[in-house]
Amino acid sequence: MKKEQLWELRLYVAGQTPKSTTALNNLKKYCEKYLKGQYQIEVVDLLVTPQLAEGDQIFAIPTLVRKVPEPIRKIIGDLSNEEKVLVGLNIVPLK
Amino acid sequence: MPIKTTDRKRSEKPASLPKKLTGITGFDDISLGGLPAGRPTLVCGDAGCGKTLFSIEFIVRGAAQFNEPGVFVAFEEKSDELAANVASLGFDLKDLVRKKKIRVDYVHIERSEIEETGDYDLDGLFIRLEHAINSIGAKRVVLDTIESLFAGLRNETILRAELRRLFQWLKDKGVTAVITAEKGNGALTRQGMEEYVSDCVIILDHRITNQVSTRRIRIVKYRGSLHGTNEYPFLIDEDGISILPVTSLKLEAKVSSERVSSGIPTLDAMLEGKGFYKGSSVLVSGTAGTGKTSMSASFADATCKKNKRCLFFAFEESPQQIMRNMHSIGIDLDNHVKKGLLRFYASRPTLYGLEMHLVFIYKMIHEFKPDAVVLDPITNLITVGSLSEVKSILIRLIDFLQGLRITVMFTALGLNTITSDSTDETVSSLVDNWILIRDIEQNGERNKGLYVMKSRGIKHSTQVRELIISKNGLHLENVYLGPEGILTGSARESHMLQKETEAVLINHAQARKNKQITRKERDLEARISLLRAEFESVREDLNNADVEEKLKKQVEKENLDKMGRMRNSYQQSPKSTRGKINNNQG
Repeated sequence: MKKEQLWELRLYVAGQTPKSTTALNNLKKYCEKYLKGQYQIEVVDLLVTPQLAEGDQIFAIPTLVRKVPEPIRKIIGDLSNEEKVLVGLNIVPLK
Repeated sequence: MPIKTTDRKRSEKPASLPKKLTGITGFDDISLGGLPAGRPTLVCGDAGCGKTLFSIEFIVRGAAQFNEPGVFVAFEEKSDELAANVASLGFDLKDLVRKKKIRVDYVHIERSEIEETGDYDLDGLFIRLEHAINSIGAKRVVLDTIESLFAGLRNETILRAELRRLFQWLKDKGVTAVITAEKGNGALTRQGMEEYVSDCVIILDHRITNQVSTRRIRIVKYRGSLHGTNEYPFLIDEDGISILPVTSLKLEAKVSSERVSSGIPTLDAMLEGKGFYKGSSVLVSGTAGTGKTSMSASFADATCKKNKRCLFFAFEESPQQIMRNMHSIGIDLDNHVKKGLLRFYASRPTLYGLEMHLVFIYKMIHEFKPDAVVLDPITNLITVGSLSEVKSILIRLIDFLQGLRITVMFTALGLNTITSDSTDETVSSLVDNWILIRDIEQNGERNKGLYVMKSRGIKHSTQVRELIISKNGLHLENVYLGPEGILTGSARESHMLQKETEAVLINHAQARKNKQITRKERDLEARISLLRAEFESVREDLNNADVEEKLKKQVEKENLDKMGRMRNSYQQSPKSTRGKINNNQG
């Protein structure tokens, strides 16, 4: 675990679908568990701001984007697999 | 300008299926009006066969020509790359984007950046698409190549379900969409996209035969519409895709009774003194070096001199070479080229396949709109196709040219072999005029005998003439039919000289005879005058004798009278006495 590293995470959703809700809940859960106090989650609803989709190359919903630290990483899906999310975000090395 | 086919007429009936014109040259003809409006169309084909070009042309022409804004979703190429590609077609993509006519959305899917966990859908893509469509009010959408999704995402089940949803969604949106896909093994597309897009499927193909590649397009399916089912060769050049339906074959071309000169006055003289019919086809065949190219050059020259346009397809020599060579026979083609009346198009036959050549010829003719076309020589095309293929090309070409009333002159190399003889024969049934140039070998000399083999509708001369190429151009000379047969070349010359000599001799002999006659005449005249003089003297002599006799008689009488008077002794005047005597006597 890196010290005092701020994690900027952005979750793209399209309305309040079950998948989006699951994804957000999962994300919050992992962050609380591994990145307590070091993270910042921004939820972007593309139904409200569709123009933002292009910037992060979003085509699937839900998509989690790790903006900081670099490089940008993307995880698509409802984040139900904890291990994959952690690998995807590079939070802990695989056991 | 699209070529009208018989199919075209049918499309003039009210079509049940609304269509959107693509603006792609020729495609709107073979599809009888374009792509199905408000429905997705699948364009599939191998790499490099022009899928992206087809789709971008659909969008760009839609925006520029039909005022229908379009969204181009690129999965493979970035906007800048696309802009560069479109620029080569003469469209300013960036400008169209600025004017909100086109929106290019680049969807980048990088597998290494993406992790998949759990359930997801492609709503993001939908939202982007919808946003793009709404932002410019797009009527046309292209997804190029949506199959890239399969490369970037692992969950095929989700993808397939989502694609099905996407196409339905596009239909509901009422946009005319083009989806491109890679050709698969044994299937139309690698990922079976044809399952989702069932309204219209177009295949682009890139085939190589004899190391020459030809691009072809075929409409596999077009639900609810008639369409051309053939494979049509197409061309990609600076104007984008050009498809020309080249299989129309009908014999209903309008004819003209106008005549055009062949460029050789003596040849025109063989054709009722007027030349060929305008819009007819002329085949000039002959063995190597008989002046076929020179003949076509004179034809081109004559056409241009009348301020008509001529298109010269050279498959053997480069334009510069032809122009230089024609200077040697006094034909200045450079000038016509400068004036824009003559255009050369030279290419090696092996550059394209036959079909492509035809497409190219069509394109050039549409562009240049010539009054006359020269193809020199057509037999060279056999190097890239079989005899029957060349024939079919020529049928279509002649048909096409006659439809436009363009006079065409082909040259064909006829070797004295079976194959080329049959070329002549197969083509000859198509052409209206056939001029054959033959070698006449005699006395160690090779000369060119020309005759008009056929000329439809023209009472042409049936005589063999000698074709003479001099620095003043081409010229036909009557051949001499001597006791030893046909005389040409120097044999003819010597024959002519001999004739001249004979004439001189005859003249000379005549003059001598004339002189003799005059001399004889003079001689005789002299004699006549001599005789006349003799006669005069004789007559004078005879006359003198007569007078003497009379005088003698008179004198005798007078003497007698004198004697009588003296005897009678009458005292009378001599006169009255004499009168009395005379009276008495009477």
